[in-house]
Amino acid sequence: MLKRNEQYDVVVIGGGNAALCAAMTAARTGARVLILESAPKAYRGGNSRHTRNFRCMHGGPLGPLVESYSEEEYFADLMKVTGGKTDEHLARLAIRSSEECLPWMIEHGVRFQPSLSGTLSLARTNAFFLGGGKSLVNAYYRTAARLGVEVQYEAEVTHLELDGNRVAHIDYRKDGQARRVTPSSVVVASGGFQADTDWLARAWGPAAKNFLIRGTPYNRGLVLADLLEQGVEQVGDPTQCHAVAIDGRAPKFDGGIVTRLDCVPFSIVVNKDAERFYDEGEDVWPKRYAIWGRLVAAQPDQVGYVIIDAKSLNLFMPSVFPPIAANTLEELADKMGLPPAKLRATVEGFNAACGDTSAFHPTELDGVTTQGLTPPKTNWARPISEPPFYGYSLRTGVTFTYLGLKVDEKAQCSIHDTKINNLWAAGETMAGSILGQGYLAGFGMTIGTVFGRIAGKEAAAHAYAT
Amino acid sequence: MHMQPELLQEARRQAEICNACRYCEGYCSVFPALHAERAFADGDLTQLANLCHNCRGCYYACQYTAPHEFALNLPAALAEVRQDSWQAHAWPRGFARLFDRAGLAMMVLLVLGFAGLFALSQMLRPESGHGFYAYMSHGVMVAIFVPAFFLPLCALAVSLRAFWRTVGGGAVTLSALVQALQSAGQMRNLKGGHGDGCNFEAEDRFSHARRHCHQAVLVGFLLCFAATGSATLMHYLFGLEAPYGPLSLPKLLGVPGGILLCCGAAGMVWLKLRADRTLGAVAYWGGEMAFVLLLFLVAASGLVLWAATGTSAVAVLLPLHLGAVLSFFLLTPYSKMAHGFYRMAALLRDALRKDPGMR
Ligand SMILES: Cc1cc2nc3c(=O)[nH]c(=O)nc-3n(C[C@H](O)[C@H](O)[C@H](O)COP(=O)(O)OP(=O)(O)OC[C@H]3O[C@@H](n4cnc5c(N)ncnc54)[C@H](O)[C@@H]3O)c2cc1C
Ligand code: SF4
Ligand code: SF4
Repeated sequence: MLKRNEQYDVVVIGGGNAALCAAMTAARTGARVLILESAPKAYRGGNSRHTRNFRCMHGGPLGPLVESYSEEEYFADLMKVTGGKTDEHLARLAIRSSEECLPWMIEHGVRFQPSLSGTLSLARTNAFFLGGGKSLVNAYYRTAARLGVEVQYEAEVTHLELDGNRVAHIDYRKDGQARRVTPSSVVVASGGFQADTDWLARAWGPAAKNFLIRGTPYNRGLVLADLLEQGVEQVGDPTQCHAVAIDGRAPKFDGGIVTRLDCVPFSIVVNKDAERFYDEGEDVWPKRYAIWGRLVAAQPDQVGYVIIDAKSLNLFMPSVFPPIAANTLEELADKMGLPPAKLRATVEGFNAACGDTSAFHPTELDGVTTQGLTPPKTNWARPISEPPFYGYSLRTGVTFTYLGLKVDEKAQCSIHDTKINNLWAAGETMAGSILGQGYLAGFGMTIGTVFGRIAGKEAAAHAYAT
Repeated sequence: MHMQPELLQEARRQAEICNACRYCEGYCSVFPALHAERAFADGDLTQLANLCHNCRGCYYACQYTAPHEFALNLPAALAEVRQDSWQAHAWPRGFARLFDRAGLAMMVLLVLGFAGLFALSQMLRPESGHGFYAYMSHGVMVAIFVPAFFLPLCALAVSLRAFWRTVGGGAVTLSALVQALQSAGQMRNLKGGHGDGCNFEAEDRFSHARRHCHQAVLVGFLLCFAATGSATLMHYLFGLEAPYGPLSLPKLLGVPGGILLCCGAAGMVWLKLRADRTLGAVAYWGGEMAFVLLLFLVAASGLVLWAATGTSAVAVLLPLHLGAVLSFFLLTPYSKMAHGFYRMAALLRDALRKDPGMR
């Protein structure tokens, strides 16, 4: 085994978008490439299999994208969501490179479609994958195979042996056996650590045990922890993660996009004591769903309950689980495990604070607000009065973590201020090098594609040089 | 119209997940129609099922297929409802069971048809007559095939009327009809939205193989049909009797038609053998296969018969070919052949949905 393995020029750890971009790029230069993917084939592709679009700069109409989206506008959008906590150099590199990524993606098998119904606001900035992220991943695996990339599934990397400033070998487990491979170059693209809820709990406290993980159960941060322990330079801290409020009935892992709930702006949200805790109408939902992840995380048992009435039921995108329905608030409270009298009191208090609702407009900030209520509801404040009443539970759904490997513009990792000769990182596992906090829809795939390609190219070049 | 509630419920469960996801919107006309609804009545699901042509793009693209607990398999769920809808709308009711035993029904009909026609041609052998008519008079053929052609079409018409009510179709507009014919003619949906074709015979690899085979079958079938039609016209209008020479219209249409139909059907068999059966209506796989084989037999026996003109083999080949054609006609409303009619109706229904004049 060992002998044969020694022939690999590049080993890529991970099997998602960043890994595949790196592998294909390296293989196109003629390098012998091996992908080690911890998931079985059916679950290959990490969080990338759950994605739907990538954010792309463009000077004019490009593929499915309309009008234009300049570097400056893209960068400004990014600064808004990160509150300035952005590495400008790397961010601009990612943005500028995104434009050439789109045709490259098509060339490697990805197909795009017009922006999905319900997402018109993204038609200019985000290119949607036909069939979603899994079809992108499938296309890349096919192309990679054609380019001669080898793939091992259910191959979990456990350790990278560092020898000074180079990786000496990689240890991994496959079919219950410990294996070792000694390539010239290594690309780490194994995502964040969000699926390791113990690690999350160490950072967040025990509350994190109640979080749901929106994506793959395989991103457990094994390689990340192993490298950080050996002193590889890190970026970000373990409490930083992208978390949103999702349907509380979602599966623990891999619930993906369908568990999102868009009804909060038309609702009141209470905690398990049937008390409201935040302005549900502060802004349109795409700008608020991330902060609600944290708000819910701060409530007892990390759970919230959304209450709407009949007139709001059709105002938002359908979600995967039907709401809990009841003809009275008491019955609803009963079904949802809330104190009935308290829920009625909260709803009545809210209803009494609602004023003139004639300006109600579901898709705009309409200024229909409550009077003299704490916390207030500053838009879309209509009484919850028309039976049947509907309820959803809300939980915190973690998308990804930010703690990661620090890289430079070549995607190269460092240790004690010196470059590691043969180690590059791409995708979620180094996204913290660019974003300190916050998130911009579609930027995850941009980072993975741009830095995956850079890492693949550098890794192959290094392999030839040695 | 009674359809199986558990099949509808499973399709509904999956449609609701798709409606929350929408990633497959661009693949085919099923998804835009699906996303236009919020709740799915039985008629809606029946319509979606008949819009789906089982290209499987949405299966291989789906992040929720088993082992995921959502266990999405939309092509199979829709195939089950589709099959059930043909059965539920079949008329006369008693014949609906033929779907369950399509393979057997075809075999039995084929044998009976062959034997009957063979006996007939021996017993009623005309005194005079050229070519095929030396074995069976024109009058006898007409007496058998005209009803065998029209009765099934009448049965189908009754079924389609009921189907149209189920899917809530209203008055038909010309523009919708044109649209529906266009998408059927180009098999637009089989291109998979991106024009790379569908996923059928090699997992998530896209290919045009199925579209091309289907197109060959359809065009081949229409050419053969036109050949028969032109022969009928020549017979009655111009008094020109079969057999026709190689450069006559029936032959110019029929020979390439037969070859296309043979090739298309053979290709379909090959594709069906390679494709994953669990992404279709598993219990009907055999019946569909039998149908494709019957198509092949119709075309192949026709070609062989033509080649054998003037030899004594015609005595056997003619009843064989006619028997195959007879089985094919008679089973049209109760076999895979029905799909073409239901699918056209569904495309028309969908065109009406999109027709701004109808909203
Ligand atoms: C529901 C959801 C929707 C999203 N939608 C979008 C979107 O529309 N647009 C967007 O830009 N971003 C989106 N994101 C974020 C996006 O998924 C990520 O930014 C992106 O997929 C990261 O790609 P990656 O290749 O770095 O990681 P992943 O795709 O997560 O790949 C990591 C890979 O590493 C493997 N792995 C992990 N540990 C090991 C190990 N020890 N050994 C071997 N292999 C290992 C995993 O199995 C996996 O294959 C979404 C995320 C979620 C959860
Ligand atoms: S088949 Fe799967 S990926 Fe496609 S729309 Fe449905 S749930 Fe989404
Ligand atoms: S199998 Fe093909 S035609 Fe049927 S719903 Fe899926 S993508 Fe559409």
